[in-house]
Amino acid sequence: MKLLISNGHLIDPQAPENTGMSVLIEDGIVKGWLRNGEAPPEGTEVFDASGLLIAPGFIDLHVHLREPGQEHKETIASGCAAAVAGGWTSVCPMPNTTPVNDNAAITRYMIEQAERAGLANVFPIGAITKSSDGSELAEMGEMKAAGAVAVSDDGRPVPNAGMMRRAMQYAKDFDLPVVDHCEDKSLSSGGVMHEGKVSLLLGLKGMPALAEDLDAVRDIILAKETGSHIHIAHVSTAGAIEAVRRAKNEGVNVTCEVTPHHFTLTDKVVEGYDTNTKMAPPLRSEEHLAAIIEGIKDGTIDAIATDHAPHHADEKALEYDRAPFGITGLETAVGLAFNELVHKGVIGLERLVEMCSANPARIFNLQGRGTLKPGSIADITIIDPQRTWTYRGADSRSKSRNSPFEGWQFTGRAVTTIVGGKIVYQA
Amino acid sequence: MADEATLVEKSRIMDQTRMERALSRLATEIVESNHGAENIYLVGIRRRGVPLAERLRDKIEALEGTKPLYGIIDITLYRDDLSTVGANPIVNRTELSADIEAKSIVLVDDVLYTGRTIRAALDQLMDFGRPRKVQLAVLIDRGKEHRELPIQADFIGKVVPTKQTEIVKVMLKEFDDIEAVGIFERPSE
Amino acid sequence: MEKPFRRRDLLGIRDLNAAEVRGILDTAENFREINSREIKKVPTLRGKTVINLFFENSTRTRTSFELAAKRLSADAVNISVSSSSVTKGETLVDTALNLDAMDPDCIVVRHGSAGVPHQLAKVSRAAIVNAGDGANEHATQALLDAMTIRDHNGKIEGLKVAIVGDILHSRVARSNIHLLTKLGATVKVAGPGTLVPSDFGHLVESGLTMCPHVEDAIEGADVVMILRIQRERQDSAYFPTLREYSIHYGLTTARLELAKKDAIVLHPGPMNRGIEIASDVADSSRSLILDQVKYGVAVRMAVLYLSTGGSMGSS
Repeated sequence: MKLLISNGHLIDPQAPENTGMSVLIEDGIVKGWLRNGEAPPEGTEVFDASGLLIAPGFIDLHVHLREPGQEHKETIASGCAAAVAGGWTSVCPMPNTTPVNDNAAITRYMIEQAERAGLANVFPIGAITKSSDGSELAEMGEMKAAGAVAVSDDGRPVPNAGMMRRAMQYAKDFDLPVVDHCEDKSLSSGGVMHEGKVSLLLGLKGMPALAEDLDAVRDIILAKETGSHIHIAHVSTAGAIEAVRRAKNEGVNVTCEVTPHHFTLTDKVVEGYDTNTKMAPPLRSEEHLAAIIEGIKDGTIDAIATDHAPHHADEKALEYDRAPFGITGLETAVGLAFNELVHKGVIGLERLVEMCSANPARIFNLQGRGTLKPGSIADITIIDPQRTWTYRGADSRSKSRNSPFEGWQFTGRAVTTIVGGKIVYQA
Repeated sequence: MADEATLVEKSRIMDQTRMERALSRLATEIVESNHGAENIYLVGIRRRGVPLAERLRDKIEALEGTKPLYGIIDITLYRDDLSTVGANPIVNRTELSADIEAKSIVLVDDVLYTGRTIRAALDQLMDFGRPRKVQLAVLIDRGKEHRELPIQADFIGKVVPTKQTEIVKVMLKEFDDIEAVGIFERPSE
Repeated sequence: MEKPFRRRDLLGIRDLNAAEVRGILDTAENFREINSREIKKVPTLRGKTVINLFFENSTRTRTSFELAAKRLSADAVNISVSSSSVTKGETLVDTALNLDAMDPDCIVVRHGSAGVPHQLAKVSRAAIVNAGDGANEHATQALLDAMTIRDHNGKIEGLKVAIVGDILHSRVARSNIHLLTKLGATVKVAGPGTLVPSDFGHLVESGLTMCPHVEDAIEGADVVMILRIQRERQDSAYFPTLREYSIHYGLTTARLELAKKDAIVLHPGPMNRGIEIASDVADSSRSLILDQVKYGVAVRMAVLYLSTGGSMGSS
């Protein structure tokens, strides 16, 4: 099967000389580039992308697909459906399933479920420690062999520095990046929102920025010493961003991601006690948001990842203190990136694609992805930058609707998603 | 209530002098009926019954040499229309410093119309004790045909037959610039 | 869901302006007289239903609301949900919808988590009155404190008020700071550094000062408000021992000497005698703790009246 995507605006930071080019796909691979107007080989289907952006498929480094074990929140199939509807061709699920993805069998199961769904690619992240309880290393080598692309204990960050050091040393043997949710729980436990003026005003227990800063600094020092690659997940504080900036200057192998909600919202939105404003790390204050925007601008922040964390409506219909952390994000991310970053002039399209595709592919060593150079895998995100639309949870493909962006209007959305040369979503 | 500013005065029923005379007569009648001032307990109903009750008190004192007991009742909490949209009644204080037990109460109000205000005042009085009797004095009685409850006044300044569309206003210097009673109507559209 | 036209929530003092606060206090002032009558009952809210929904135990606040409702002739129902529904797995929203289906006119809610009244207000048709939510607000407590102060000093504007103790976890402190500063008092707060975060100074725009020592806050004060120390805080290591707390932060006669000669002492109760307040201070004529309780009923009558349809007046 041959498909030609023509007349669009091709954006590929890995191959910038691409003006006026069409992308020819054959058997799931980018066969080559044609000049717009050039006749494709016989039997080629043509997709007219006039007025649209053609980008290498977006890769979300941080999602929670809840399967196995919490299928009432999300399944791999429903999560992948939400992913492709949001323009994501690949997603990397965290290991906090039930049971925890701390062995090759579960890693393999997740990949098989994704293949069965036939929508987005799923690249699982394995656990650092067995059951993510911080005490014994998980079988990283076996998980890697089964298809895991990184390791993390995500929301249950390894509290013990000695264990974290060993984990980094061991992960390095398998070229696995260590994904680090930075939170010193001795400072944040019991907290439900950012600690600051708003938490004091609302009488809610705070999670200080300090908890993220300290853990980030600790793990950067460990990464420097071990020479391992650490990837700091959902960075949200000025302190952590500054630590990453310095570490990068010193040549430490550190990368980081930011979520759309952290570059969009502040803790002020917690004022109505809507539990869909509760997540970890929490929405921070103005000054942290400013530091995030600065980090996106100057390249300190490498990637945009959603931290898509579906929860059932009943679980969120609780007291703010008792409701679980997390919001959905796969379907709103591109809209938020356009609203908050592109249309506001924070970054250009090239950089957006870098943050959503080229860099994520590099960070998790996803060969043949993150670019549309001939020979690469034909994962493509096609975006209409001018399409105005409204997010409605009721129309969501995710099983959950725990989003603070209900009713938000966006300009810019993924209109066609191609995975392995196959159109899997069209808006 | 209609916006007061839009009301048009149709006719003037009393001026200051006639009000004065009517009150003097009421004071005399109250004293006569109660055989002196000793047992009388005047209770003004907020708002316009209060200054009227004060004046009656002074007139009775001038007549008899003794000041009758005097109090104020606010019927807001006893109204039967709290759930009516738009009523939004404001609570003021009831001041009955002297015990009403076995007293001859004379409720004082400006206008007797449907009788509902008096019903509320009676209910409230009963919550304060058991008076020997309760009488009612009003400056204006708009006529029996408007009554929604079996309530009549014992002392009446003037009976003024009115239509339902009309509004009788007793103007007192405590609240208004002048002392007078007028019939008002909403201007027809 | 459409709310009835005249319903009005009281979620916190924070949402009110100074005129509204004065309006409630003035209305409460007019309700005081009813509580001194032989027959302490008026028919105002006859046929209305008030549900006291208490997820946290509080005999005093609940009794005060119940008396307030009954003296206004409302039907008052008390529900203690301390553990029943929550353990059965019913969500907060379910609980609210179930109660709402019984058509109450007002739900008075007390809960250990901040924001619960706000969450209920979004789904309920009844007026929601906050009777204390977590560390957020305790609106009627601040109103009755204000009534006590006003009754004693004749005004609130210009007064100096010291608030001493566990500010971090205190809804009483938050509501009082909002109320007192809105009405023009200046508030000084003090307590252990672990319980008086410095960011707290930003709670309101002006009129609030953080003091390093209890003595600084009390000096020259017209009103000294002592917060209750919750004993479980000690386990979280906010301070070493109750003994040390009472020595360094408790209100003793000597510390009270620093306040104005006629300064009054308030405490939201129940008191830990000998810990945050010395017994002789609690029993002295300057302590108006029982007045606070007394005015509580009038304040809650005013709040129930206003939230179900009455309007604010002045005496």
